[in-house]
Amino acid sequence: MRSWWWKILSLLLLVYTIVGGFLMAVPRMDIVNETIRNLYFHVPMWFVMMVLFTCAFVYSIKYLRSADMKHDIYAVQFTNTGIVFSILGMLTGMIWAQYTWGTAWSNDPKQLGTALCMLIYFAYIILRGGIKDEEKKAKISAVYNIFAFAMIVPLIYVLPRMVDSLHPGNGGNPAFGKYDLDNTMRAVFYPASLGWILFGVWIASLQIRTALLKYQNENS
Amino acid sequence: MAKRIVTIILLLLVTPLLATAETEMADTMRSNGKIYVVVTVLAVIFAGIFAYLVYLDRKISRLEKEKNHN
Repeated sequence: MRSWWWKILSLLLLVYTIVGGFLMAVPRMDIVNETIRNLYFHVPMWFVMMVLFTCAFVYSIKYLRSADMKHDIYAVQFTNTGIVFSILGMLTGMIWAQYTWGTAWSNDPKQLGTALCMLIYFAYIILRGGIKDEEKKAKISAVYNIFAFAMIVPLIYVLPRMVDSLHPGNGGNPAFGKYDLDNTMRAVFYPASLGWILFGVWIASLQIRTALLKYQNENS
Repeated sequence: MAKRIVTIILLLLVTPLLATAETEMADTMRSNGKIYVVVTVLAVIFAGIFAYLVYLDRKISRLEKEKNHN
């Protein structure tokens, strides 16, 4: 058993998120009403995705430097888990949008940017599936992963902020952080983000360890 | 001076009343609308997922141990 403290920390933070997230006071705003509580669950999904994709990016570089298959396994499994969380983020966002923006898909710049990012990462999985030779697969997908990560920056962080968007913080639309996120919400939102990130990293670590075992089995 | 203090006190008294009248929120739901049931259900689901992850983690740990012994 590896060190457990951060897993227990994740448990405590998420229990706090569920209880505090539903019962603590939130700002009163028209249209969003109680759905503002989605902030504790929808937004952290994207944070988890970002952390996992960053780890995948780092391990892709590490693989290219070392040609160690272990690093390739890390990169792939971080990407896989990141994709799962991106799907969760997209679905929760669409449900939220259905009841506050009026439609699940409004071609909002941030929605489009994230959808493109997701497609880029889906292509990563397909690319890997299409190459038979293990070493070639690892090398090409590592290079692809680095480019995919580089695409996140303009697609999610730059372009949506340059045009009008329904998302807070874009196109002159104030972010939650500026006016709406009061201190009670911060008291839940920050622990929630950390809790979800630890939770996502834990799932990714299980994926990695399983894949490592499988790899050792095949090569012994 | 006294007049000003009275005005300020009156304003302070009236402001919360105005604020509550603005937007409809699930206040009744939290007091007696069984919102605690929802919180408990979510807590149970989360506990289940968490327990499952612990189970997986221990299972993988065991496999890793076996692997290292061989």
